[in-house]
Amino acid sequence: MRLAQACIAPVLAIALAMVVGDLLILTYGESPGTVYRLLLEGTWGNPYGFGQVLYKTMTLTCTGLAFAYAARAGLFNVGAEGQLAVGGFAAGVAGLVLPVGTPAVLGVLLCMVAAMAAGGAAGAVPGVLRARFGASEVIVTIMLNFVLLALLNYALTTYLAVPETLHSEEMRTGFVPRLGAVIPAFAGSAANFTLVAALAAAVFAWWKLFRTRSGYELRAVGLQPDAAEYGGIPVTRTYWKALVWSGAFAGLGGINFVLGYKHYYEEGFAGGAGFLGIAVALVGRNHPLGIVASALLFATLSQGGLAVNALVPKQLVDILQAVVILAVATAVPEVQRLIRRTASAVVTRNAAPAES
Amino acid sequence: MEHVAKTFGAVAANRDVTLRVAAGEIHALVGENGAGKSTLMHILSGLHSPSGGRVQVMGRDVTGWDTNAAIDAGVGMVHQHFMLVPTLTVAENLVLGREPTRGVQLDRARAVQDVRALAERTGLRVDPERLVAELSVGEAQRVEILKVLYRGARILVLDEPTAVLSPPEVEELWAVLRGLRENGDTIIIITHKLDEVVAISDTITVMRDGRDVARLATADTTPQAIAQQMVGREVALALDAFSAPRAASTDTLGETRLEVRGLRVRGDRGTRVVDDLSFSVRAGEILGIAGVEGNGQTELLEVLAGLRRDEAGQVLLDGRDVSALDVRARSDAGLSHIPEDRHRRGLVLDYSIAENLILGRQHHFASRTGIDRARVAQHAERQVRAFDIRPPDVSLPARALSGGNQQKIVIAREMGRAFTVLLAAQPTRGVDVGAIEFIHAQLRAARAAGQGVLLVSADLSEVLALADRIAVMYEGRFACMLPGSDCSASRLGPYMTGAAREAVA
Amino acid sequence: MILIAFLLQTIRISVPYLLAAGGGLVSERVGVIALGLEGMMLSGAFGAVLGSYYGGSAWIGLLCAVVAGVLTASLLALCTLRFRADQVVVGIAINLLVVGATRFFLRLAFDSASNSPRVDGFGGESSSLGMLASFANPLVWLGLIALPALAWLLWRTPFGLRVRAVGEKPAAAATLGVPVRRLQFRGLLLCGVLAALGGAYLALDQHQFTDSMTAGRGFIALAAIIFGRWMPLRVAAACLFFAAAETLQIQLQGVQLVPSQFVEMIPYVLTIVALAGVVGKSSPPAALGKAE
Repeated sequence: MRLAQACIAPVLAIALAMVVGDLLILTYGESPGTVYRLLLEGTWGNPYGFGQVLYKTMTLTCTGLAFAYAARAGLFNVGAEGQLAVGGFAAGVAGLVLPVGTPAVLGVLLCMVAAMAAGGAAGAVPGVLRARFGASEVIVTIMLNFVLLALLNYALTTYLAVPETLHSEEMRTGFVPRLGAVIPAFAGSAANFTLVAALAAAVFAWWKLFRTRSGYELRAVGLQPDAAEYGGIPVTRTYWKALVWSGAFAGLGGINFVLGYKHYYEEGFAGGAGFLGIAVALVGRNHPLGIVASALLFATLSQGGLAVNALVPKQLVDILQAVVILAVATAVPEVQRLIRRTASAVVTRNAAPAES
Repeated sequence: MEHVAKTFGAVAANRDVTLRVAAGEIHALVGENGAGKSTLMHILSGLHSPSGGRVQVMGRDVTGWDTNAAIDAGVGMVHQHFMLVPTLTVAENLVLGREPTRGVQLDRARAVQDVRALAERTGLRVDPERLVAELSVGEAQRVEILKVLYRGARILVLDEPTAVLSPPEVEELWAVLRGLRENGDTIIIITHKLDEVVAISDTITVMRDGRDVARLATADTTPQAIAQQMVGREVALALDAFSAPRAASTDTLGETRLEVRGLRVRGDRGTRVVDDLSFSVRAGEILGIAGVEGNGQTELLEVLAGLRRDEAGQVLLDGRDVSALDVRARSDAGLSHIPEDRHRRGLVLDYSIAENLILGRQHHFASRTGIDRARVAQHAERQVRAFDIRPPDVSLPARALSGGNQQKIVIAREMGRAFTVLLAAQPTRGVDVGAIEFIHAQLRAARAAGQGVLLVSADLSEVLALADRIAVMYEGRFACMLPGSDCSASRLGPYMTGAAREAVA
Repeated sequence: MILIAFLLQTIRISVPYLLAAGGGLVSERVGVIALGLEGMMLSGAFGAVLGSYYGGSAWIGLLCAVVAGVLTASLLALCTLRFRADQVVVGIAINLLVVGATRFFLRLAFDSASNSPRVDGFGGESSSLGMLASFANPLVWLGLIALPALAWLLWRTPFGLRVRAVGEKPAAAATLGVPVRRLQFRGLLLCGVLAALGGAYLALDQHQFTDSMTAGRGFIALAAIIFGRWMPLRVAAACLFFAAAETLQIQLQGVQLVPSQFVEMIPYVLTIVALAGVVGKSSPPAALGKAE
């Protein structure tokens, strides 16, 4: 029942996006049916395509979690883009400075910790400014994206870059194997075992939000700060802790590219996945498990764009993703108002005999 | 206005109200909180449309008009909460929506001039070029009235205009209103302060439970008679209900549970709202605090609960100084708190019944591995049964319950555990009759069990029915402290309006 | 001569900031967070190039830019005002939407993934002499007068008075019969027009559209609004200051005094610092971001 209610808005949004997609495909003189079939074949229809989908799912899961975790505390973290980049950078640097002989597992773990710590530190800035000065975390995270990207560019070009490129040297330790190394069908695709870390992060976020005291307190702050305060919950501390965790989730996403794929930090690897995390979280209704499903959907879309590029521009999916965000953002409050109205009518009806 | 009805969802704010006001009189619309006075006036001024009935102004049927039509017809309302834009000047606030222009430009000089002239004429003196944010409360109110007059209002509605004014400011206001009446303007003043009714009005309509129950001429009546009509059979009902034995005398009471010494608190506006208050609540007693809302009760309870910082003073719980402790530590020390606004503070409306039943106690249900959900569920099932919360499905969100059952969640959480002192603020506001009885029984049971109860209620009949001692709070102090058995509405009335005051030790 | 060149270049760089910040200022003053500026600018840039290409005149380009800006702003207004969707989410979605849509239609119209063909602008080559010629560009003048004009509009006209009231306390304005929603809608449309003209300036100045050519300028404009504390002339000063810093960086390219990345950061860092309340008190319109 609750699951069904939560799905109404996203399903409506996706339906709307498909209608818009149809129209755009028609302007290109192609048949929507053909395009969608090609999209599916290029993603779920063959192991390579599916591997690419899984690869993209990893990062989107992390940035989706980042947005959702803060949103559950009533905060907007629009800074996942920068936090993701910082996380990747930290992982890449950790892989460079760790001694060559570091045991593989330890190396990977240390790189992961570095990524999360860097992302968390980036999240701490808006967190502390919000808790201490009441500064809008929306604006601070947006502005911080630009600051972080400029700083990373400086650090990369001044100290780390291989000449004539925008990436650092290859790491000495911290490699995570590709899925193709175990399941040969995936060979050639970028899918790798950091996906396990993303899924673990989703489970962890779910556990923390819905099964622990701190999650109980965090959600109470997000829903009704005054009630939370009444319940003895330190509201401002909850704010900055939420933003630190949020940043850490985004930072974790950086290991996908750096540890699992290229084994070096490269400028621009985030490529909008931070902002897309907002869409992922909205469609996943800020629920960690919903986010995994939604990340899979958005990953399919963006990989599918490449698959259909011969027929219609791959940018079609950029439009569709934006339409989905707009539609979900618009439909969620509408649907909620509707549900609330019917629900209260039902309760009033049921309760009436008992009270009179 | 004839047979006016207004419902909001399932709640009927007005049912069949008839109000007649003659031109050129000052008419008082009185009644307790929630009697439907403001709703009726919102209908008159076009903010709401009535669900039934007719509205006539100067003989014209205007049922269901909008704000602009009401303004055009000369009906203006001064709202209880100021509707001023603090970043604009007085003149700008006044002309907003009806700006004088010179070409396409705003004619500021004329605006200032007009406002100054209007202020002179009406005696509502205020500098048109000052920012509203810099005005005192009394000045801001003058601007509100000017705003209505600027739009040519001949029928003025004032909603609780004195709630925020000091006595000299009130006197000034009366002078202005009398001046307007001399001009031939009609004034409707909403209030529940009886001394004001007597001081200013020509005629009175009393409202109760969304109905008009009496229409009186001020000269022919007494405050007692008005109070009787305001409270009506509610008083009788509440007095019937209280047959339970009170604590016989203060001597037989137990040790001091809650002690407050020299407490001073500043409110959100920076003014002192609790002023050097000292009192104690002993085991086995209910101390009732009556009084018109906004006299510092809210802030007092927030300080006691640890939600607000005090300026000076001490709070002792069972002899232990808890002044420096936070909300959680006070709760663990045995302080329970039923907050006055369950929708804002008392419940997380989207949390389930079970989750709400541990709010503030969540640390007792959690370990390193997370919240013990089995224990939370057990606890919830037990409380739902013990406090008869309906429907008894602990996974339902609190939002889905009726007001009475929502309040029972709060009661169950705060009283269904070991505690020594209970702060109960407006414990029965907005709940049905059945729940009121249940909640009153719970409060009496707490007294019988030797706990100390501090009851704050704007509902005088409730305080009279329950409290062993009654203090009336007025402007941050206790105007009196009387044994409950000696009290009646008429005896407390003068203290509530500031007309009487005793030194309270 | 160096000084004049510096000033001229600063003005040229500041034009899109001034226009977009002017638009964003109106948006924020009616209570809607101006996160969609980037998208509105980009749609204006694309509209300008389409119009100029097919219409053969920069003026038709301007007209199309305005139409594109109005459409983008209308969508934003529909979602935030009519459906009360979250302003932050909608603003960001609008930006993503416009990036995607301009790329899509760039392929459709010009069969290119990166840029349009050359179109007519308002003259003004990029040589140093051409800089003077850039004053033949009406958008330069429009940019220079935009914020003083807004100051006049906001403080000297009935419309402005209502805008200031609505952004601060919509309920008060509503009780006086001010049509709050309609006023907010108009404010957003004005925002769309100004931001789109800012984008059009960029495109016509470079005589072509390139993918994501606004490159974060909408956010710099937002930074200028916050740093200028929502006051038109201060916002104008902030825009000029940011543009001057950029000019300095360009002219000092050879001399590595301060790494260019640190100059780039100036607007953003200053905004964060301003928000933290370190430099004076900054107070946004009280009703900003709240759906009534």
